[in-house]
Amino acid sequence: MTSANQIRMPAGGASASPAGPHRAGRDSARRADNRRKWYEIIGLTTPAVLIYVMFVLVPMGFAVYYSLFRWRGVGPPTEFVGLRNYTLAFQDPIFLDALRNNAIIVFGSLLIQGPIALGVALLLNRRFRGRAVFRLLVFVPYVLAEVTVGIMWKLLLTGDGTVDALLRSLGMGGLVQAWLADLDVVIWTLLAVLTWKYVGFAIILLLAGLSNVPDELTEAAAIDGASWWQIQRHVTIPLLGPTIRIWMFLSMIGSLQIFDMIWVTSVPAVRSLGASATMATYMVDNGFFARLWGYGNAVAVILFVISFVAALLFQRFLLRRDIEGAITGRAK
Amino acid sequence: MAVNSVLPPSTGRRQVSYGTPLTYALALAIAAVSIAPVLYVVIGGFRTTPQIVADPAGLPDPFVWDNYARVLTQSNFWQQAFNSAVIALGTTLAVVVLGLAAAFVLARYSFRGREGLYTFFTLGLLFPAGAAILPLYLMLRDLNLINSYYAVILPQVAFSLPLTIVILRPFLSAIPRELEDAAAIDGASRLGFLWRVAMPLSRPALVTVGVLAFVASWNSFLLPLLVLSDVNLHTLPLGVQNFSSQYTTDTAGVLAFTSLAMLPALLFFTLAEKQIVGGLQGAVKG
Repeated sequence: MTSANQIRMPAGGASASPAGPHRAGRDSARRADNRRKWYEIIGLTTPAVLIYVMFVLVPMGFAVYYSLFRWRGVGPPTEFVGLRNYTLAFQDPIFLDALRNNAIIVFGSLLIQGPIALGVALLLNRRFRGRAVFRLLVFVPYVLAEVTVGIMWKLLLTGDGTVDALLRSLGMGGLVQAWLADLDVVIWTLLAVLTWKYVGFAIILLLAGLSNVPDELTEAAAIDGASWWQIQRHVTIPLLGPTIRIWMFLSMIGSLQIFDMIWVTSVPAVRSLGASATMATYMVDNGFFARLWGYGNAVAVILFVISFVAALLFQRFLLRRDIEGAITGRAK
Repeated sequence: MAVNSVLPPSTGRRQVSYGTPLTYALALAIAAVSIAPVLYVVIGGFRTTPQIVADPAGLPDPFVWDNYARVLTQSNFWQQAFNSAVIALGTTLAVVVLGLAAAFVLARYSFRGREGLYTFFTLGLLFPAGAAILPLYLMLRDLNLINSYYAVILPQVAFSLPLTIVILRPFLSAIPRELEDAAAIDGASRLGFLWRVAMPLSRPALVTVGVLAFVASWNSFLLPLLVLSDVNLHTLPLGVQNFSSQYTTDTAGVLAFTSLAMLPALLFFTLAEKQIVGGLQGAVKG
């Protein structure tokens, strides 16, 4: 009997054996080992559990509590206002603008990046000289900090800046806009910059997913006379399902929380008018900088609930889809 | 047809071939769009602000080293790079150690409540770090941790743990039972097995989670923005933002600072590209 075997045993299993002459000694050895096992389990998991509970779960609980008060952040909160912070948020046109902007970014990212990435990945799904270099270059925008990228584009997009000069030299001077100052344009400019930053991520992810599609399947389809497009449509893309859905999930959660890029790229004045605000920038502007801590925490809870519900719905949906399709289920 | 040749005869599959013109044109265009703005920033750092204003899309003429020299000698660049490095390394080390310990238990011990504990951790994947930032700030303030490295490291570790455990657990589960039995026969305890067998065997996965935690920490902005008001503790992302809002008229200087701030991430990425992509792939396989 090795101690390794016992690791596999359910906690209560050791005591189930019938009593016998030399059972007693073995039982007590087992009990000792069982106790040691529990010490190890507790010792190894406690640090992770503690830090996780303390810095992930507890703050969210506090957010719910603080959100019920009108509170400037000094001393304990005393002025209980119930759900008033929540109703105030949904009555503030700036917050509604922020919600709309988040929706634009969520759906804009999915609808623009998805087809581009899928098309590029399918066309580049083959070994060619320089593919490694290509992968490296396409991934560059993703690895750079959002802040760095934001500052960079802010410089490129200033009035009569590089982008404007480039457009004029191409004879498209008519397209020149106040990219980051025009209240109707700014959110689309930011969406374009986000697309630039994150489409490479989608491409790399899909290329990685494609490398898991067995050659035999596409070859068999080719032998059966399927055209290139038929193969993509009926063999490759269905097999890519899990990858596509994971990408959609990551993109959606990221878009709902988007902060850094918006914060550094758009001017505070434009943001405060709602034209480029998102839920996260609105939360930090009001909670942290304007010191409306109760209100800010209410916005945090709204942001949290929206992300959480979206994630849960998506997982349900994603999970069911993957079980229904036998092929995609196995490919996972 | 260019399109048909995307599927070559199977005999030619294994060798690296030259792509079709279409493949190359597409690859080239995408790569150019990805890299051109970055190159522009790096090259722009070698120009003077009057040059840039006169011709925003031009090339350096003459080449000026002054901007880069100025940033490296007169700004807080080095201090900020140091702070970023301390925070990123601290985060990475803690995430890997705590994540490995917890994932090892979840993978190799069977006990009542194991799956519950695992679900408890995976739940963290649904908790957006951004939403928790305000209460997190208040808590760190009450703990007197504001303006310390810990204020950034501890929450970052906490929010990285779920993904780390999700990636590590299947890896540790996949180590064959025979190895564990053999180690036990040789007299190794379960902890000895973790230290001598499981850890060396899971090195690729450990490198992956380490790299992901490092990059996330290196690039993070919102948490440092709130909890590090002391300029001497600022990290590079905060530095880039401050420099650009402080010297709005010094376009060339901002370009130089921005490219220098990009450099570490780019270097690090070139070295660890395989691990990052591998880690993402691992996450996809879920």
